[in-house]
Amino acid sequence: MEILGLLGDGMWLSLQPLNLMLILIGVTLGLFIGAMPGLGSVNGVAILLPVTFLVPPGSAIIFLAAIYYGAMYGGAISSITLGIPGASTAVATTFDGRPLALNGRASLALVTAAIASFIGGTVANILFTLFAPVLASVALNFGPPEIFALMLLAFATFVGLGGDDIPKTIFSICIGLVFAAVGFDQISGAPRLVFFDISGFLHGINFLVLAIGVYGIGEMLWTLDSTRGKITSSEAKMSFKGIVADSKEGMKRGWKGTTVGSFLGFFVGILPAAGATPGSLMSYGVTKMIAKNPQEFGKGHPGGVAAPEAANNSASTGSMLPMLTLGIPGSPTTAILLGGMVIWGLTPGPRMFVDQSEFVWGLIGSFYVSNFFALAINLAFIPLFIWMLRMPFTVLAPLIFVLSVVGGFAATRDMHDVWLMLGFGLGAFFLRKFDYPLAPAVLAIVLGPIAEPTLRQSLLLSSGDPAIFFNRPIAGPITIAAIILILLPLFKVIRDKMRTRNAA
Amino acid sequence: MRLGEIITAGVLALLSIYLMVKSSELEIGYISGEGPGGGAWPFWLSAIMLICTGVIAYNWYKRTSPPSQSTEPLLDRYGWMMLLKVGGGLFLFIALIDVISMYGAMAVFLIYYVGFLGRHSWFLTLSLAIILPIVFFFFFEGLMRITMPKGLPFTEPFFNVMYEIIY
Amino acid sequence: MKKRMFLGLAGAAAMVLSSIGGSAQAFEPTKPIDFVIMAGAGGGADQIARFIQSVAEKKDLTSRPLVPNNKGGGSGAEALIALKGASDPDHTILVTLNSFFATPLRQKALDIDIQTFTPVAMMGVDPFVLWVHKDSGITTFEQWLETVKAANGEYVMGGTGKGQEDSTVIAWMEGAYDLKIKYIPYDGGGAVAKDLAGQQIMASVNNPAEAKGFFESGDVVPLIAFSDERMEAYPDVRTVKELGNDFSYYNQRAVVGAPGMSDEAAAYYQELFKTIYDTAEWQEYMASESLSPLWLNAEEQTAYWATQVQNHKDLFAAMGE
Repeated sequence: MEILGLLGDGMWLSLQPLNLMLILIGVTLGLFIGAMPGLGSVNGVAILLPVTFLVPPGSAIIFLAAIYYGAMYGGAISSITLGIPGASTAVATTFDGRPLALNGRASLALVTAAIASFIGGTVANILFTLFAPVLASVALNFGPPEIFALMLLAFATFVGLGGDDIPKTIFSICIGLVFAAVGFDQISGAPRLVFFDISGFLHGINFLVLAIGVYGIGEMLWTLDSTRGKITSSEAKMSFKGIVADSKEGMKRGWKGTTVGSFLGFFVGILPAAGATPGSLMSYGVTKMIAKNPQEFGKGHPGGVAAPEAANNSASTGSMLPMLTLGIPGSPTTAILLGGMVIWGLTPGPRMFVDQSEFVWGLIGSFYVSNFFALAINLAFIPLFIWMLRMPFTVLAPLIFVLSVVGGFAATRDMHDVWLMLGFGLGAFFLRKFDYPLAPAVLAIVLGPIAEPTLRQSLLLSSGDPAIFFNRPIAGPITIAAIILILLPLFKVIRDKMRTRNAA
Repeated sequence: MRLGEIITAGVLALLSIYLMVKSSELEIGYISGEGPGGGAWPFWLSAIMLICTGVIAYNWYKRTSPPSQSTEPLLDRYGWMMLLKVGGGLFLFIALIDVISMYGAMAVFLIYYVGFLGRHSWFLTLSLAIILPIVFFFFFEGLMRITMPKGLPFTEPFFNVMYEIIY
Repeated sequence: MKKRMFLGLAGAAAMVLSSIGGSAQAFEPTKPIDFVIMAGAGGGADQIARFIQSVAEKKDLTSRPLVPNNKGGGSGAEALIALKGASDPDHTILVTLNSFFATPLRQKALDIDIQTFTPVAMMGVDPFVLWVHKDSGITTFEQWLETVKAANGEYVMGGTGKGQEDSTVIAWMEGAYDLKIKYIPYDGGGAVAKDLAGQQIMASVNNPAEAKGFFESGDVVPLIAFSDERMEAYPDVRTVKELGNDFSYYNQRAVVGAPGMSDEAAAYYQELFKTIYDTAEWQEYMASESLSPLWLNAEEQTAYWATQVQNHKDLFAAMGE
């Protein structure tokens, strides 16, 4: 049991005074970075560099794990309190988190998110510790066709998420997918959909620009209009007793979501091309599917908060796996981390687990510790976020707008995107008035950039033969499952129509 | 609202057509042996969007969707005023960023919204408008190393002093 | 952090005073330096840029930080446009790769003349190597050529996209050895390495830095190098030059300034990057990542750009573009 020894050393190291202090600072910082719309763990990791020169590399790694975990917890906070998904991984959290907050149950949502995140992170850490090398070879078996099949499955799990108006839902999905294609065609290497030759479109339309526009501006304008600006902020109260009661209720109603999220999130997260976002979306979809009363989802069900939160924490830990076992970055965050390792004099690659096992297990050990402190600190800060919600709306609203503009800029550092965000916001306001569901567009712009290239890479591999999605041992079953799931609701709609027609 | 529904569908149909035309700058067909061309994905999705707007128009004609039955106006007087005040405020906020920097524009927007629209006390308004930009400055420029737009050159001396403080 | 802030407060007052009295002295950056990277976060170019930044940071070489800013869109077109339109050329520099030459040639509509950019420093050049998976059983370049020919157009290679450096090398091989290769574009070097290790693709052309981990574990085998001479880290790998083909291809790792940068600022950055180039950290980095050292001063760089543009024109012409 050499592994346990190394792991124990790693955890013990994290508990040294200097390191413990770094964990506390890191988690708190990460929490706020994650809670800020437009910033995420990538930005958190970027501030690591200067710190590296002040403390020994071992402590720097621990600091890093702390920021990483803090940021993952923080994502849920802006989704719930502000209604803006701060990162693509937290989109699904808004579906039920926001309604809960508007019903005055923000504390329930926040507590559920924190506990689910903790469980997700812990499950992922354990799976990681036990099966890392085996899982790495599984990840390698996922080529372009498998990833595309998985994207298809992700779409399938949320076909039910749209509104009642089918053409408007389909429109929303398609426009998201088209926006995802803006910028540059990876396969032919040619610029594509660069509207009016404005150079700002060359880098494509960032997910955050659309998400902040839709939720931070469009949704806010809609709220101002529909409540006549007289929104009485939620009467959320906070007390220790309240937290205990909320955690009981959150777990009672959210355990299914937590379980689904923890495992599904992890397995999707370890695939380098997929990552945490599809993982959290699929977990939400699956949890809704297996729920006893799926119609409660989207209106404020704790399970709808628990599933994506457990999943994105679990998946983010999982995405460290290809990095540590193969030296392959699964996300921009891990890519910057890999760069950091080179600076520390380590060689990323398949030999890292063997040659630099102390580093690897030190990092994993600090994951366990950071995860625990992230939960504690997150719970401690919940009253602060609740207090924010109780501010008069005429103070909260401008704060949300300011955060949106700042976040929209910080995401790509381009004023072009801030204007685009305002345009999306105003557009979203009017579309919302006419019952166009916008969540599908936001989801589509996240999955589109993964789905399209993998589709075309696969077809290049097979010389244009679509059979490649069916005759590969892993891709085949996933594709078929996805197609069945997509056809199921359509079938139901047709059946219902027939019935009403017969009745009439 | 009924009028708005069909106008929206019309605008979206035009958008879809524009997207289709723009996509067709690249190959939109199925290249044999290679799969779809570079423009195929956006082109055919835009085509589906166009079909959707057609169905939406049909539902409008049949009066099956809620907005097409509604006789309420899209926005009443209050709604338009809100959109003008808040949307216009946001527009000016963003336009000012290139003139008096992100932080300056932020302060002006907060004064406008909290003080004029929200009618809060001047003490609260000004303390928010002063403290928030400063906190953001330290957070973004100092900690996160993200430089925000500084506006026209006349703001430079001020920011030079600020940079001297944080670096 | 805190301590620095207090010192800074005291310094701020002094600075304001001195800046009133001081005249046109040597250039010092007065605000964070926009350190534009011609690639997305995580690729080889990004890692090098961040390494350079960390050296500057560690040695406290600049009075204002270098702020990395990834602009990889449109094969680097986004970065070139950003530099061309930089509002403050004295505080805007760019880490480049070969798309610095190739992108303006391929996308004429951009209307970018790279000779207007300000030369700062050539930090080194990154050679290319052909890699296959060990399970393919191929150990020599000749064997590989036979396999590719026998596959008759079904041999699959991956790379970072048409018009990118690796695809240029592959296209050259197709011409020189009369091969037909199926090329799958990925969004980054990491994805290529992963799919080579997972045998989704059969071979790739990549910089040694990005394949090093898999080479050390024995998963991938180098077949041939596209450098002028054999590389120190891979002494058994022959070059195409040894096989009688006068071809070599390197990715440049250079820093350039925005067009319109003042001479004083240019001198400052040239001095800065010379210092970074000479640090033990950078020298060790070049050795461990198999970069070829190549220091060029400003005039030499301008001349180098002209030859590279011509080289790329010739290559593209030969490829029939």
